[in-house]
Formats: sequence, structure tokens, C-alpha cells
Amino acid sequence: MTAGTAPAPSLVAGAAHLLKARETGIGIALVAVVVVATVLNPAFVFSSDGFRDLLLTPSILMVVAVGQAAVIVTRNVDLSVGSVVGLVAYLTGTLLRDVPGIPIVVVVLAGIGFGAALGLVNGALVAYAKVPALVITLGTMYVYRGINVAWTGSDRINASDLPGAFRALGTGKLLGIPLLTILAVAVLVAAAWYLRNLRGGRELYAIGSDPAAAQLYGLRVTRRVLAAFVACGALAGLAGVLFAARYGTVSSNAGFGWELQAIGAAVIGGVAISGGVGTVWGAALGAYLLLTINRALPIIGVDDFWQRAVVGALIIGAIVLDRVLAVRQHRRLVGQREAEREVTA
Amino acid sequence: MQPDTPSAPPALELAGVAKSFGSVVALKSADLRVEKGSIHALIGENGAGKSTLVKIVAGLYRRDDGTLALDGEPVDFHTTAESKAAGIAVIYQEPTLFPDLSVTENIFMGRQPTRRFGRIDRRAMREEACALFDRLGVRIDPDRPTDGLSIADQQIIEIAKAISLDARVLIMDEPTAALSGVEVDRLFAVARALRDEGRALVFISHRFDEIFDLCDTVTVMRDGAYVDTLPVADTTVDGLVRMMVGRDVAELFPKLPAEIGDDVLVVDGLSQPGVFHDVSFTVRAGEIVGLAGLVGAGRSEVARAVFGVDPYASGSVRVDGEPLPPGSPRAAIGRGLALVPEDRRKQGLVLDQTVARNVTLAIRERLSRWGLVWDGLENAAARTWASRLEVKTAALDAETGTLSGGNQQKVVLGKWLASDPKVLIVDEPTRGIDVGTKAEVHRLLSRLAQQGVAVLMISSELPEVLGMADRVLVMREGRLTGELDRADATPEAVMHAATAEEALR
Repeated sequence: MTAGTAPAPSLVAGAAHLLKARETGIGIALVAVVVVATVLNPAFVFSSDGFRDLLLTPSILMVVAVGQAAVIVTRNVDLSVGSVVGLVAYLTGTLLRDVPGIPIVVVVLAGIGFGAALGLVNGALVAYAKVPALVITLGTMYVYRGINVAWTGSDRINASDLPGAFRALGTGKLLGIPLLTILAVAVLVAAAWYLRNLRGGRELYAIGSDPAAAQLYGLRVTRRVLAAFVACGALAGLAGVLFAARYGTVSSNAGFGWELQAIGAAVIGGVAISGGVGTVWGAALGAYLLLTINRALPIIGVDDFWQRAVVGALIIGAIVLDRVLAVRQHRRLVGQREAEREVTA
Repeated sequence: MQPDTPSAPPALELAGVAKSFGSVVALKSADLRVEKGSIHALIGENGAGKSTLVKIVAGLYRRDDGTLALDGEPVDFHTTAESKAAGIAVIYQEPTLFPDLSVTENIFMGRQPTRRFGRIDRRAMREEACALFDRLGVRIDPDRPTDGLSIADQQIIEIAKAISLDARVLIMDEPTAALSGVEVDRLFAVARALRDEGRALVFISHRFDEIFDLCDTVTVMRDGAYVDTLPVADTTVDGLVRMMVGRDVAELFPKLPAEIGDDVLVVDGLSQPGVFHDVSFTVRAGEIVGLAGLVGAGRSEVARAVFGVDPYASGSVRVDGEPLPPGSPRAAIGRGLALVPEDRRKQGLVLDQTVARNVTLAIRERLSRWGLVWDGLENAAARTWASRLEVKTAALDAETGTLSGGNQQKVVLGKWLASDPKVLIVDEPTRGIDVGTKAEVHRLLSRLAQQGVAVLMISSELPEVLGMADRVLVMREGRLTGELDRADATPEAVMHAATAEEALR
């Protein structure tokens, strides 16, 4: 065994890799947006509200985007996450209002569990019925929202209905950093570690890269895809709990349209819609960029009407960029192999 | 070797295995007995059921009938994971890798070495990958994605994967189809080393020289059934061919005399930097021109550029004296060009569509009335061609992906022949095709030439080029290095032009 014929990647190579990574580009774009907005209006960062909003606003979407990214990596998509956020947010508010004295931990776990159950429905339909996820989750998106509307009716949860300890989850800080942000980052780090270092995580990438090959490899494709949907539902459920804590007010349209924001965040962050490529880091940065741009546009002086168009352009730009980079990468890889062959020939 | 020692049960034994897909019987009754420490050849025409048999052993398909035993123990696989766990490794004809993942991850996916908390030990994984490549004597960067690797490289990774599995039974379904001579030698050395360790190997190939070089025993299949098993030393190529086709193949390459007419396709000074340089040739009506050379010499690239799939920087292509606009396959088809590509599964067929759809794909417009394509017209046109090509399929509405490789190739040929081409470019027309079908494809090309079609045939098989072509062009590293008439085209002359340093013209 002559181990290590090719030297392990050095620190320099690692740094070069980091510089070339897609996530770095998104991070730079995010910093640029913040700098421009701050120059035009220093209150964007240098006010207590501004700094808090900068960290807090994207935190909940980030949790949803992380789950969405895990599903997209397997070459699926979950359109129902917005409806799950809404349904769980209302469940959370109802539990806290109608069951006095219920421990907050129980409420949080109930929210995550309910979200996971809704995700399980999606996953089971996709994995066993072999119907494309786009169609299945388009259906459950409407079904979940419909259940929400029927259950809620004209009722709404108000901040005054919620115990102060729970509201503190949404507004509290630790060392000047919002608790919600800390929680979201913890989720992100755990998900990123799983996807990078555990077999289950790597298999999600393999399945998304080539589902037929995954089958031939003997990977448990059905179970892994199911797990990705359950995780995505659970994270959307957690986001629903956080939504209630952050905003206090929950009506039947809570989380409306979040599914598209979550997909947009993942795509902007370099998660390929065709599966197999991208990281949850990218998706999380994408969520930050998306919502920070939304907040920065009025400051920069872009008309309200144009904000959506700008966001759309951003998504298209991200996809075009991905495509161009993928084609260049493919050419480079082919060329590199050709060059190696010439050397050995 | 004593194959019938009762004390040692065979590593792998199948008896009376049958499998049907709907009304299509893929396997009637397959027997196979592979001893430990043996390399066993499995041969048969395309559609004989070899690949189906492999997929049953791999756990991808479930058999309808018969027995399957490993080391004398009856087994029944529901999934590929179960088969793998039982010590069976399969290298498929078409590499199945994850293009986005690194070479190392591709080798170890699903069974990566782990450390505490189930964390993947990347360093150990990488070192083992390097050790595997050392053993195979190849240099592939273990950290690069598999995207962009040639089929030969991908096949090497498949082999590394199978070796790392430490399998008791290793099945190789045409592993050498895309490999160069050196790579084949290395693979064979590894195969022999594995045999000497007492493992059982099954080797499926259409190349008889390789079978005689590597294997000790051979099993012949025909039409989904077992024919015979015998020691390789006791047989001959002729004998095997006879058993495979059930008849004598009188002539492998039946070139029919054809009347050669005017220049039809004239290519002049075609260049694309880094790909091919200053390529000029003509193909006349009724003529079969062979385009020979080593794999990677740029032959397919020239064909693709002529057809307009790929761009070219300078030079011109003329059909019947009229210049053909570059970069437009649509214009090329309109002017009577047809291209049968090398990778038929990806570039030549719509695998999810029916045979009828595929055959009529290039003549859709002729079959349409008021802008709609009618099933009746489509089926009528397809039936004519499918019967003329003897495509073996239960129905024209069968999905093309379910056909065997040889029959798929016939569907691709049928697609273009239905469009009455003036110029037919075929790229490796018989790659991975069995002897009987090969002869049919050759007869077909020959007949087309007789009808006045100008045929440009790219082939890496020297006997095929020498047997079929009126004229042989040879390419090396993107340049045309030889042009030989049928009379002068000896194996030595062609190989010299394909490998020698100085250009001949």
C-alpha cells in the first residue's frame, strides 16, 4: 500500500478553493449591499433597531431555506413549506393561548413534530408514489393552506395572547445578538455538518446527482428522500414556532409565499435546482441576501413597485451565473484530463 | 482446474433462471456455474439475455423462476444493496457515476470509512483511493469531480469501486469496450490477480481475442437460454460463433460491389483550434469511406462539425457542390445528411419514447398533416423500417430504453434511413454489438451504398474498416495522416498512419 501518492490538499489550495467557492461570492454581494445601504443611510446598521433587523429579519427564512436546500439537493423541491410555516405558527399560538401554563419546550417540540408529520406526507407521496415532487408539493401547499384557513377562519392570534416568556424568544438577545439568529445559525451548522460529514448527507448529494446510479449503488434512495422531506418539514415547523414568537400576530396567511423565497434563497446561494450541487451555507447566505436587499432597496431609492422585479432579476442572474460557471467548469475538467493524458502519453 | 469437484461448491450458480417483462421474454432458462478462482466468459448475441442475467444477480431485477446460489447457499436478492452485501460486485456496460461528486466519493459512496459519531474519514478514504489507482497503474486525480472524464476513465473508477468492495464474485459487463490497449492489459493483470486470490470473475465481451487471452471457461447463451459451457482451451472462435448464432456466419463483412458516382460530400480545410486541423476529404455517391484512427484522434469531432452540431473555425463543407452553412444540423438534414452518433443512448435515441416515435423522429414533418403528427402514419412508416432492420421487439409501442443495445442501434439506423439520406455518417456503428447483428449492420450499410448513398464510417475496429471501406482515411491527433485505397489498405499501413510521427500527405 503506497498511500498518499498524491499529496493531500495544502492550506494554500484550501484557501484558493474558499476564494473560488460560490458561497464567497454571495457573502461579498451581501457585504456590498449592506455597505451601500449604510453609506446612504447609516441607520441601516448603526442604530440598535437597524442592527437587530439586519440579523433578525432573515433568520426565520434561513431555517426554512436550509431545509429546502436539503430537499433540492436530492433533485426534489418542497413547495408546501410556506403553508407548513403558517399552519404551525397558528398551532403554536393556539396552544399557548388555549392551554394556559403549557411549557414552551413542549410547544416548540409540538411545532417541530407537526411540521415533520406534514413533511412525512410530502415525502411518502414523492418517494413511494413516484410522482414528481413539484406536483405533489404544489398539491399539499394548497391543502395545508386550505386546512389552515378552515381552522383559523377569521380568528387571529395576537401578541397579547402569548406569554411573555415565549415572546422573549423572538425579541431576546444574548451578548447583543438576537436569540433567533443564534438558534438559526445553530440549525445551519448542524445541517451543514450532517450534509458534509455523514454518510446520510453525502448520499443525498449522490441521489440528486444521478438517481439511477444511486439505485445501482444500492443506496436506500426512498428512505433518504423521505428523510429529506421530513427534515424540511420539521425545519419549516420550527420556523412556524419562531414566526409566532417573532411577530406575535398570526392569521391564516402567515408564511404566505415563503416557499418561493426559500427556493429563491437556495438558488441564489448556488444550490442547483437539478440536484447534487450546493451547500446549506449558500442557501442561508442566499436568504440573508434576498431579505437584506428587500430592506435595502427603499433606502437606495428603488421604487416599491420595482422591488419584486429586482429580486426576480437576482434569481435569474444567479441561475445564469450557475449555468455559465458549470459549462466553464465542465470544459476545464475535460481540458485538465486531456492535459494529464498528454503528460503521461 | 477441476470444475466438478463436489467438495467445493461453485462461487455462483444459476439454474433455470427465467425473467419476462410483460409479454417480452428476456430469459427463458439461463444456467451459469462459476467456480472459485476462475475467470468465466459469458457470451452471446445482443438480446441473448446476458445483461438481464447480470441484473438478476445484481439484485436489480427479480427472477420469475429458477434458482440462484452463492457458495452452494440459495439466495434471493430484493435490492442491489443485498447483492452487494453478499459479496457481488458488478461493472456495468455503461458507467454509472455521480458527475457532481469527487472521484473518491464515487468509489466509496454508501460505505465510506467512518470515525467517531459516524463522521466520514476523508483522509483514509482518499488514501485508499490512491492505493487502488496505484494497483491499477492509472493516474486519476482523486479529488476532481467525475464530470468530464472519458468513458475509459469512468470505467477505471468502476473497476476500482468493484475491487475495493472485496467481492467474492466480480461481474464485468463489457468493461473493455472503451479502453485502450494499455488499459486493457492493466485490467487483465488485475483480473488475474483477483482470480489467483480465489475470487470468481464473470467476463462479458464481444472480443474473442480477449476471451481467449483471459478466460478459462466459457458459457454461451442464445435467445435467452443456456447453450453450452466448455473450457476455453477446447474451443475455437468459429466454434463459439456457431454456437452463438446457431448457424455459420459465412462472411463477417459482406461488402457488396457498388457503382461509385460523383463527389457528394466535399470537406475542405476544416479546422477547429485544439480539436482538428486542416481536414480535407471527399465522399462520392455509392462509396463507403472508412475513417480510422486511435480513440481520441478527433474523428467524431470532425463528423459532428460536418453535421453542424459543433462549430468550426475555418474551412468549408459542400454537399453536391453547394456550400453547407456551418452550425446547423437542421440545414444538414435538409440537404440530405444523416449522422448516427457514437453514444446512441444519449445522442441517438429518446429512450422514454416508443420505437415508432424514434424511427420517425427525423421525418416528423413528412408525416404531419395540418401540423399534427398522426399515429397511423407514424406506425406505418416505422413498421416498414423496423421489419427491414429486423428489430426484435414485441411491439412498436415498446419503450426504446427496454431494447437491447444491438436493437437500439438498429432503431437509430432506421431513424435516419427513413429520411432517405444522400450522405450517411456513422460513428462506431457496431460498438458493443454482437457478431450476428454486426453482419446485419454491415450488410445494411453496403446495400445503402449500392443505392447511391455516400457513407462515411468512423470505426476503431480495423477488420471492419478494411472489410467495408472502398477508401480508408486515417486521422491522428486531429490531423488527416493517411488516405489509402482498398487495395493498399493493409492493417500495417493503417496502423502506421494512425501512430507514426510524420504525416503521409
